[in-house]
Amino acid sequence: MEKELKILKYSDLPKMIEKFISQGYPVLAPVHKGKIVEIEYVQSLDSIALDVLLSTQSAKKAAFPKVEKVLEYTMNKAGVVQHPVDPADSKETILFGVRPCDASGFKSLDAIFGEGPSDQFYLSKKEKTTIISFSCPVADEYCFCTSVGGGPGNTAGSDLQFTSVSKDELLVEILTEKGKKASRIFADLLTEANSAIDKTKFIADVKVVFDLDSVVAKTTASFGNAELWLEQSLRCIGCGACAFVCPTCACFDFQDEQDTKKGVRLRLWDSCGFSLFTLHTSGHNPREVQSQRWRQRIMHKFAYMPEQLKVVGCEGCGRCSRACPVDMNIKEHLTAIREQVTV
Amino acid sequence: MNDLIKKVTQLLDDKTINVFIGYGQGTASRIRTIFVKNSSQVENLVYTSDCTANLAGYLLKHEVKKIGKLGILANDSALRSMMQLASEFQIKDGEVYVLHAAKDGSFTEFADFQSIEAYLVTIDTGITSDEQERIAKLEAMTVKERWIFWNKEFEKCIKCYACRAACPMCYCHRCTTDVNQPQWIPVASHEQGNLDYHLMRAMHLAGRCVNCGECANACPMDIPLNLLTYQLIAPIRTTFDATAGMKADAVYALSTFKPDDKENFII
Repeated sequence: MEKELKILKYSDLPKMIEKFISQGYPVLAPVHKGKIVEIEYVQSLDSIALDVLLSTQSAKKAAFPKVEKVLEYTMNKAGVVQHPVDPADSKETILFGVRPCDASGFKSLDAIFGEGPSDQFYLSKKEKTTIISFSCPVADEYCFCTSVGGGPGNTAGSDLQFTSVSKDELLVEILTEKGKKASRIFADLLTEANSAIDKTKFIADVKVVFDLDSVVAKTTASFGNAELWLEQSLRCIGCGACAFVCPTCACFDFQDEQDTKKGVRLRLWDSCGFSLFTLHTSGHNPREVQSQRWRQRIMHKFAYMPEQLKVVGCEGCGRCSRACPVDMNIKEHLTAIREQVTV
Repeated sequence: MNDLIKKVTQLLDDKTINVFIGYGQGTASRIRTIFVKNSSQVENLVYTSDCTANLAGYLLKHEVKKIGKLGILANDSALRSMMQLASEFQIKDGEVYVLHAAKDGSFTEFADFQSIEAYLVTIDTGITSDEQERIAKLEAMTVKERWIFWNKEFEKCIKCYACRAACPMCYCHRCTTDVNQPQWIPVASHEQGNLDYHLMRAMHLAGRCVNCGECANACPMDIPLNLLTYQLIAPIRTTFDATAGMKADAVYALSTFKPDDKENFII
């Protein structure tokens, strides 16, 4: 649909949230929790952290929660009886106050979960989520969205995007049919915007640090470059912090939890950084050492996904680098691949 | 700083070591671990008051060990971790070259475990005033309040296992939480799974934790895990007269039996 532009007053934001809630839409938004910022259900604007650069965790949990029940079953002498969980059993939700890199991160997840036998648990939640992103007025040294095809005012993946254009006013971009539907809920708070308004004046300047095509080509060619991966990952301690805060990491594990009579099957986040991730029952592990796991992390995002799904598995949000206990900085490592590898 | 660069250059040049584990400049103002393999890389070493990370965990990393003979810049925590690791037969005397970085910025070479032990009895193994304050607050709570406090903290946990990966004492090839036959700890990062994991980890560190704080520093969700393990240090000290990481040949209090052990904890 053709993009529509409106103006919303900051002072009307509380009313807007109230309207969503009173009309039965749960609102997920960034919330301060001590030093970190979580994405949680909120009841009013007061608890929403709109002043932060980025939430600690990405917004992926709106459609891909860290723990998700996918099956229930009971057991008796006759055998096992399955009680399927309805994937569509979720409410229409507003995901509010996230950043453009969170919204565009769903494009990668859509590609992963939509491929082949499509994943209804993810897709139906995603379908019922309306994403209202806020463009970024500031960025930090970890941000590199513009190097991976995004930007501080990128609208891809967002249904509505708000940009602060003065201390009292927000520019509202209505981008999709879902966004249009959500905007009707607070239509009385919107006024017409001047179509000549230049959004770029109000967003951060994020410098492009590398040429993405070149990084993709060089990463793709580097599978056998053991020295490169070892050099980069020697300080990696093999935790899953990077994968779990990442807006596009989608690997998961299944676990059954049961007693003698009943059980549930759970889908859980997993990470290629863990030594157990590829461990076979035989005891053989095709990714025996951390450098091979680091290679997998980078190649999956910058070689396999571009090749198989036509999308890069990174939004340049830098969350992995911020969360890393040992300061593995993905922007720096990709730049090194760009500079060191010759193809 | 020049002393450090000179010393490491010499160690690498005369092949005393093949790699030196030290600190380097990280992103913005962060400090990160660097691995110096030849004298052209020694200029990357830094040592400032921000170099507080315990580097001892890297002594057990397979790919680091494979490089050859290791040298390490060890702060007090790292020395204690090394003594604890030695007592658990994870490192041997003479295996690692140890350069100690004192709080005043001076560097001292430790020739053997005995000299490390002699140094460790002279230091203050206490905690910072900030930590003391937080511990005091926890101890002032009723059992119920403390239960609520920790459950609220664990709610944030995403089970990325950064605490385990960052801990020099969490070196098990297969952690209890990874064992699935039988499954002791639920894998899921739900209420029960998070609680079970953190309590299990704390119990496994009782009498072994040297309170370096790496677990809490590593946590992306800002859970003060060091307060949990710290609270197990005092009971071990008072009950068994044992402090972790002081002696390379220490016998682990919780895996030995002495006829005169107090049994007052048995209900």
